[in-house]
Amino acid sequence: MGVRIGVVVFPGSNCDRDTLHALALAGADPVALWHEQASLEGAAAVVLPGGFAYGDYVRAGVIARFSPVMRAVTAFAGEGGLVLGICNGFQVLAEAGLVPGALLRNASLRFAGHEVAITAERLDTPFTHALDTRRPLRMPVAHGEGRYYDDDAMLDALERDGQVLFRYVDPTGAAAGPDHAANPNGSLRAIAGVVNAAGNVAGLMPHPERASETILGSDDGLGIVRSLVESAARAAHRSVAAGVGAR
Amino acid sequence: MTSFRYAINVTPKPGILDPAGRAVEGSLGHLGIEGVHDVRIGRRAELTVDAEDEATARAVVDRLASELLSNPLIEVYAVEPLGAASSAVTAGAGEG
Repeated sequence: MGVRIGVVVFPGSNCDRDTLHALALAGADPVALWHEQASLEGAAAVVLPGGFAYGDYVRAGVIARFSPVMRAVTAFAGEGGLVLGICNGFQVLAEAGLVPGALLRNASLRFAGHEVAITAERLDTPFTHALDTRRPLRMPVAHGEGRYYDDDAMLDALERDGQVLFRYVDPTGAAAGPDHAANPNGSLRAIAGVVNAAGNVAGLMPHPERASETILGSDDGLGIVRSLVESAARAAHRSVAAGVGAR
Repeated sequence: MTSFRYAINVTPKPGILDPAGRAVEGSLGHLGIEGVHDVRIGRRAELTVDAEDEATARAVVDRLASELLSNPLIEVYAVEPLGAASSAVTAGAGEG
């Protein structure tokens, strides 16, 4: 039996099934966690999937932030638990202050639904260690509010501290700045994903779960999913070894 | 208990790119309008708070505005008291 990984289902989530499927492909034993439940059911890691939680009303992610399950996720993250937010899940994490920055309306004002290329800036994190190289990874984006923003001082600090996890790149592998055609939303400094200072909570706008099998056009995302599953398995093993009870 | 009515106006922080505002500016030529610039698109919430006094009501509104209706990283908000709302709100009647 693989490691248990929770996938939160908000009203309006629409990538939860794909995420459960990709986690199972990577060897996990995924479980859906309803937004009204306060228990993470002993999950060794949690994924916040894509979609339009609570209709994306007011600002994408903000209403989801106050749901009972997010109180549990916030406590779990505070104890070092692994949390990955994908697309709308990234927006929820940013609104909850679990990762830095904000995701604003795409600069184009258009919904961006196409394949992009990103590179992992770091291969030594729980979310990227199974990626063997920094080669560009092809996977889709599907969002209207994905423009990564933080103020200049914070962006400098993120770069200095290695918190920029993924960047949009052009076909040559060079970072695609906010005005570059390969940047789908105008994200500052080409940022597609970030990790928190402690290194256990990450979010990205592109969808690795939608690029987890060759039949989908790309399986480049599976390395990210597999990284999380392997990291969660190690975390679960450590918890058992340390005699920590399941949540 | 008294009912107090407020509006909360949320706008993008100065300096933050507002593509919706930019789109409106881009359409001005089609309307034959000149001399309009610095368009910023935000949102407005109107609500009624039941509280013992206005200070208490205002504290609730500020919390709601800062924690949910606006994100302090990217937006600013302004609270606009609309007066006591004991006689309910008359929809669409003579506002503004």
